[in-house]
Amino acid sequence: MSVLAYIESEEGKFKKASYEVASYAKAVADEMGTDLTAVVFNIEDTSELGTYGVNKVLKISNDKLANFNAEAYADALKQAAEKEGSKVVVLSQSANSKYLAPLLSVNLEAGYASNVVALPESTDPFTVKRTAFTNKAFNFTKIATDVKIVGLSKNAFGLKESQGEASVEEFSPNLSDEDFTVNVESVDKATNKVTIADAEIVVSGGRGLKGPENWGMIEEMADILGAATACSKPVSDMGWRPHSEHVGQTGKPVASNLYIAVGISGAIQHLAGINAAKTKVVINNDPEAPFFKAADYGVVGDAFEVVPKLNEKLKEFKEKNA
Amino acid sequence: MKILVCISHVPDTTSKINFTEGDTKFDTNGVQFVINPNDEFGLTRAMWFKEKQGASVDVVNVGGAETEPTLRKALAIGADTAIRVNTPATDGYQVAKELAKVVKDGGYDLVIAGRESIDYNGGMVPGMLAGLLDANFINNCISLEIEGDKAKAVREIDGGKESLSASLPLVIGGQKGLVEESDLRIPNMRGIMQARKKPLNVVEPSESSAKTEAVKFEKPAPKGDVKLVDPDNLDELIDLLHNEAKAI
Ligand SMILES: Cc1cc2nc3c(=O)[nH]c(=O)nc-3n(C[C@H](O)[C@H](O)[C@H](O)COP(=O)(O)OP(=O)(O)OC[C@H]3O[C@@H](n4cnc5c(N)ncnc54)[C@H](O)[C@@H]3O)c2cc1C
Ligand SMILES: Nc1ncnc2c1ncn2[C@@H]1O[C@H](COP(=O)(O)O)[C@@H](O)[C@H]1O
Repeated sequence: MSVLAYIESEEGKFKKASYEVASYAKAVADEMGTDLTAVVFNIEDTSELGTYGVNKVLKISNDKLANFNAEAYADALKQAAEKEGSKVVVLSQSANSKYLAPLLSVNLEAGYASNVVALPESTDPFTVKRTAFTNKAFNFTKIATDVKIVGLSKNAFGLKESQGEASVEEFSPNLSDEDFTVNVESVDKATNKVTIADAEIVVSGGRGLKGPENWGMIEEMADILGAATACSKPVSDMGWRPHSEHVGQTGKPVASNLYIAVGISGAIQHLAGINAAKTKVVINNDPEAPFFKAADYGVVGDAFEVVPKLNEKLKEFKEKNA
Repeated sequence: MKILVCISHVPDTTSKINFTEGDTKFDTNGVQFVINPNDEFGLTRAMWFKEKQGASVDVVNVGGAETEPTLRKALAIGADTAIRVNTPATDGYQVAKELAKVVKDGGYDLVIAGRESIDYNGGMVPGMLAGLLDANFINNCISLEIEGDKAKAVREIDGGKESLSASLPLVIGGQKGLVEESDLRIPNMRGIMQARKKPLNVVEPSESSAKTEAVKFEKPAPKGDVKLVDPDNLDELIDLLHNEAKAI
């Protein structure tokens, strides 16, 4: 038996979501009375994983896997799961994990539940709680197959440290040319920017900001807080901000710890995509804006007055608490 | 080139979500259904291939007769033929299995599906379909060009994008970016008239079975009232965010 966790890394470092995946997978393993095995790709030092409950690390070192490749990674994970006799495979909901999970599901003939937000309600039958209808509801899904795949939503479980050290085993999956038929030609990625997917805090602007020239104060707040920037749909449709910042039902989902919305009305399609954020703050000059019904904290006021003042205070706060 | 566009039939984005039968069924009462937004982008891109490069475009849905108006809308936008696999969609795997049969029987070169449906948010069907067909797969696809049997695509990754190449047969999970929002096709009168005469073929399902089951639903707990902070007292906001919410 054993529970298997796919531990993602980037530029030689584990991603934070991976520690959450390990913490969750450990709790599932405990419930099932079994151990946790982690699979890592091209990482030298895996000692940190023991801290999050991993009992054993399967280390895959292969130059052909230096860049993410959904089919090849799914094939490697399948072989790891088979070797370990894993009954549950846990992965994150990053763009890459969401890409490979359905392929892995077919490889292992395993049922897959995505966007899972809590520990299994029961492990026999195996039933998990997931979001559905773009965060407007939850859904309990029973996975009926022998092997189960769980896609864990970001910030849904948190990190749980435990005492321990993981044993390490080298693992060389058999990969074939068939695994490498989709090729990456180039990658275009801002390296020094926090992404909406990884960010703890997201600062977002809407049409209330009047024009792209006014985004300086939003970027400043994001800088102070180490946050990612986002926007409402009309803002990206009008080209004020890039499409990659569009959040909501038809844009990117937000599951950060804090979401700060400036000059955003709070339309149902916007809220659907950001409801999973833990704490929501709205700054809007219209007290009737629907966002006030969805937010935890609100300031009724003119963004052009409130935001610069708030930025000054946040700077002071950060300096004091550095 | 033969293109198949997978169409998921979903509640309009403004829909209030409710459940019936002891929270086990989605309440469709008063709900307006539409083409899944991600599939609209895919369908418009498919029309571009048809008009600029020569291709046939069929659309398919796995579902009951209630999805036919959505398929007719896709025909009105310009698809040539619609196929409905006559069985309720129960999970991603079952849908992918049914679609795989349609793709094999029809000999399609390119399958355009959406990154995810906005109802169940599975994000499963395109990848599973590619896996079942042993076809190439590109997810979160925001640009697609085809030249002969070679595809060039751009995929959105966390924090950027990646350019990829692959040969057909190919399945993509598409989204906004495949075409611009302003280029989305809306059915016009002529399209609607023509759609009435286009074939909508109902095929019977194969033996496919689901691997997961949605047993019950739950609505999020009602939220407490918003705490309002005076714009002249922003220190209070910082205090609340730091000490109460532990968010900064
Ligand atoms: C199919 C479909 C899908 C959609 N998907 C999405 C989606 O994914 N994401 C999304 O965001 N939207 C989506 N929408 C659009 C959505 O319905 C709203 O139109 C949109 O969210 C509104 O954006 P906004 O709040 O920035 O602009 P507005 O609704 O124009 O709101 C601007 C707000 O700014 C406030 N304001 C104005 N001046 C100031 C000031 N000086 N200081 C402070 N506040 C000020 C106003 O009071 C107002 O509340 C979708 C719509 C459809 C039909
Ligand atoms: N019942 C269905 N019939 C046809 N295509 C579907 C169906 N369900 C999902 N799809 C396709 O698969 C994509 C992703 O759906 P999902 O995996 O349900 O999130 C959708 O955007 C559609 O293109």
